[in-house]
Amino acid sequence: MALTVTEKILARHSGRERVVPGESIWVDVDILMTHDVCGPPTVDIFKREFGENARVWDPDKLVVLPDHYIFTKNHHANRNVRLLRAFAQEQSLPHYYDVGTPRYKGVCHVALAEEGFNRPGSVLIGTDSHTCTSGAFGLFSTGVGNTDAALIMGTGKIWLRVPQTMRFIFEGTLPPYLMAKDLILAVIGDIGCDGATYRAMEFDGEAVYALSMQERMTLTNMAIEAGGKNGIIAADQVTLDYVRARTDAAFETVFSDTDARYHSEYRYDVSELEPVVAKPHRPDNRASVVEVAGTHLDRAYVGSCTGGKLEDFKAAANVMKGREVVIDTFIVPATTEISQALHTTSIDGTSLWDVFELAGCKMGQASCAACLGGPPDTFGRIPGSEAVISTTNRNFPGRMGSKQASVYLASPLTVAASALSGVITDPREVLV
Amino acid sequence: MQPIIRGLAYVVGDAIDTDQIIPAEHLVYSLKKPEERRLYGRFALSGVPVGGQGLPEGYTPFTDPDEYQSRFTFIVAGKNFGCGSSREHAPFALTEAGAQVVIAESYARIFFRNTIDGGFVIPFESHEKVNDRIRTDDELELDTRIGQLRNHTTGQEFLLKPLGDVADILRAGNVFEYARQSGLIPVA
Ligand code: SF4
Repeated sequence: MALTVTEKILARHSGRERVVPGESIWVDVDILMTHDVCGPPTVDIFKREFGENARVWDPDKLVVLPDHYIFTKNHHANRNVRLLRAFAQEQSLPHYYDVGTPRYKGVCHVALAEEGFNRPGSVLIGTDSHTCTSGAFGLFSTGVGNTDAALIMGTGKIWLRVPQTMRFIFEGTLPPYLMAKDLILAVIGDIGCDGATYRAMEFDGEAVYALSMQERMTLTNMAIEAGGKNGIIAADQVTLDYVRARTDAAFETVFSDTDARYHSEYRYDVSELEPVVAKPHRPDNRASVVEVAGTHLDRAYVGSCTGGKLEDFKAAANVMKGREVVIDTFIVPATTEISQALHTTSIDGTSLWDVFELAGCKMGQASCAACLGGPPDTFGRIPGSEAVISTTNRNFPGRMGSKQASVYLASPLTVAASALSGVITDPREVLV
Repeated sequence: MQPIIRGLAYVVGDAIDTDQIIPAEHLVYSLKKPEERRLYGRFALSGVPVGGQGLPEGYTPFTDPDEYQSRFTFIVAGKNFGCGSSREHAPFALTEAGAQVVIAESYARIFFRNTIDGGFVIPFESHEKVNDRIRTDDELELDTRIGQLRNHTTGQEFLLKPLGDVADILRAGNVFEYARQSGLIPVA
């Protein structure tokens, strides 16, 4: 029977020949990821259910990445990191990336890729809704709560309902003023915040395979913003090159059968798309940049697992080089690796870091920072009724801090162009 | 799962995301320590913009200021309740505040899973939109066995969707008990 890549991975991890959408199955987990917000309560449940002296099912498969509330004086937040540290020590976890050490990474989803944990054909579960990001590497990944994670910690298994798959095919050549962020905002605008609920979102087509791994991750990252269970892009040579450079672990690539059955199919010619934003207060509240051009802004933010990767900063720096921002603009690299790369990557002899500093941006440390509001002293957190344009993934009320704020989601190109003018600006106006 | 649940309704709109259910700044409290965990009850649904708090009138907090327990047993919502983050603190906060049931037109999947697997509020789905036919403070009674909902304030009745295969986990209590019963976790 013909299967989609998602169905095939789930079948292989449940010891079956095939699975049918709708059935609930127990699935073997290859990697479990947790972080400082959901890690400590997961550990509490793990111990409640499996005993104070319980051991995790396989320390080599548990990845713990503090990233959310890192650079804050909030003592509850700091306590969470201490709890993770103690657990990592107690269980002798090899993959713990502690704050304040050279191992510290930053935002979990990008770190998983950089550290070689995203392996094609595998099953990766995380206590974070954007765990779907890892699907860019041709694997099944989804976010769960603490209870499910605690069950995995004890048994290595999760029950999953096999999702139907929706297929999104992008054809044509991406124009220089568009990024993966525009593609995914267009999809979410078309199908809505619940348009893919319970389903897999498979991305395909020449325009997808022309993207770098970082840009592919932007697509799968926002599958959850349409309610999707997982986002997935089957592996190709670009994927294999990326993964091979970062891990020696064995893996097996998996592809959809050509006659696999899909719930639905959407086709886009990327050369006909336009730069888009999601207006306050929902990721599906789409408008073209042209429609909202001129809207007053107080702040701009470039960061997060969605829009804080090296390619996002390259795009923003291309727009900002030799110019100055006129509103408060925050630059937050997702990981320490990206932060270092900002110093070593340059345009016309100036490092990206210097481009941003010379443009007058405020530079932050690798972490989630204001993407999810957080404690009041969080870098870039929105304090009041500001209008903000951001490369992040969510703009529900209060997501980046104050409930009174208005957040527009956009590509790094659009955010950078808007930071220069203080109003929403089409990147085509500044790209030469 | 109690067969009959009776109590007051608290009505909200569509796309109540997890940041509205429990704003991110509150996620730092311990879920174990009693003096901290009750704060989740205090701040449950505090992120909903005030005009949308307790429809149709709004401006009714789910938990009164300085209280830790809500007087509402039922949360009645529109589409895509619980969208957004995977934080289990969201169903936990509702339960900690004293809520027992959510009735929504549809749910985001991680929130739905969390309520079932953790044994928190019971997530019922309505066949049609009901959050415009029930008002905050209406008195409701639900027969959880058959999904029959009666609004004692208006006399209206609704039949909710069956819980489906997740009812096995609900009956077991949570996913751990379910896993023990299915032999996945050895019983000591
Ligand atoms: S950067 Fe934002 S979306 Fe990504 S993991 Fe952190 S808080 Fe979540």
